[in-house]
Amino acid sequence: MLEVRNLECVRGDRRLFRDLTFSLTPGTFLQLTGPNGSGKTSLLRIICGLMAPEKGEIRWQGANIRSLGEEYSTAFTYLGHRNAVKEELTALENLRISTGLSGFDLSRDQALAALGQVGLARRENLPARLLSEGQRRRSALARLITCNTTLWILDEVLASLDSAAVGLVKSLIEGHLSKGGMAIVATHQELKLSAGSFQRLALAS
Amino acid sequence: MFRWIVLRDLTLAWRRRADVLSTLFFFVIVVSLFPLGIGPETQLLRSIAPGVVWVAALLASMLSLSRVFANDYQDGTLEQMLVSPQPLYLVVMGKVLAQWLVSEVPLVLIAPLIGVQFDLAPKTLLILFVSLLIGTPVLSLIGSIGAALTLGLRGGGVLIALLILPLYIPVLIFGAGAVEASIMGTSPQANVYILGALLAVSLVFAPWATSAALRISLE
Repeated sequence: MLEVRNLECVRGDRRLFRDLTFSLTPGTFLQLTGPNGSGKTSLLRIICGLMAPEKGEIRWQGANIRSLGEEYSTAFTYLGHRNAVKEELTALENLRISTGLSGFDLSRDQALAALGQVGLARRENLPARLLSEGQRRRSALARLITCNTTLWILDEVLASLDSAAVGLVKSLIEGHLSKGGMAIVATHQELKLSAGSFQRLALAS
Repeated sequence: MFRWIVLRDLTLAWRRRADVLSTLFFFVIVVSLFPLGIGPETQLLRSIAPGVVWVAALLASMLSLSRVFANDYQDGTLEQMLVSPQPLYLVVMGKVLAQWLVSEVPLVLIAPLIGVQFDLAPKTLLILFVSLLIGTPVLSLIGSIGAALTLGLRGGGVLIALLILPLYIPVLIFGAGAVEASIMGTSPQANVYILGALLAVSLVFAPWATSAALRISLE
């Protein structure tokens, strides 16, 4: 369970949000909405531990994430604005390296299966610079399949994806929720999910 | 995991060979310009050789350092490294080791060859090689702090030089000092030992400082 308590975030001299409190139980999907610059990305980065909040704390299974360290970082997968896909490496190499970095073992066959699932079959050995923006996004999504984590933190995950890929993201999240996973997704598009319970958090500008 | 990071960076460097070769050629050309400019005055050449080779090595390492974290920063990989369960200390060590293997080792290997242009004796060439072998990892380690601090800044390349070159001075003094001692016919041992001590200290503290700098740059 993820708990966010009295969170306050200040960027420059602007306070983005204050006294933000919510919690996420297994099987819950949290959609984060709000106008540009309202602090969606900042909130997600604070939850990942990339940024320190001005006030407040994040607790994972009852303990502050600052004191958890490795135990917390193996529990979540973060997909940011940028895909973390290396242009010089192939989709297969990218997936195997990024999964390994997250602390999970991945055989070549598993990696190929995951890439097939996100619609990159027969493009596994192309350097990522030859892939389109949407395909690069898809190859980043494959990480959700290969990393066996409880909490997914996805920032603008639907950007530059076609409708088929949006359906894919939906089915991935549904499968994840039905297995007791949690997901926090910042997106402007509506995601109508048929599994899990739904929460919405709207940040004001 | 450490091995993975090193191998990944080596693969990336191999697919971007031109970047690596440009550092090496820069070193070779800068060092070769001096004998061409000064002419065949062996006495003068021999006395400036240690300083010239070492200064060229310092400048060449500046060229490659700005790239250590910049690419990973731009495409978001660095973020993933920070949220990964791997200790950041090891990630930094892996990347610095890869940078050293790719950009500095070729330079160390070719240094004795271009040292011949300065009419250095074989024994002195050996000392030049050894001093560079011990000194260049220090350059990579200290330089990584500057590279991490200047991440995402405009004109970072110039800033990194201003930040890091002053910190390179001890390495320059003792590295060039070792070669000079060998030319004078005295023992270069003391200088080499001090270089070794600098390496030991930077091996412990530099990755730690770099990790802290990376966290600040990515906040």
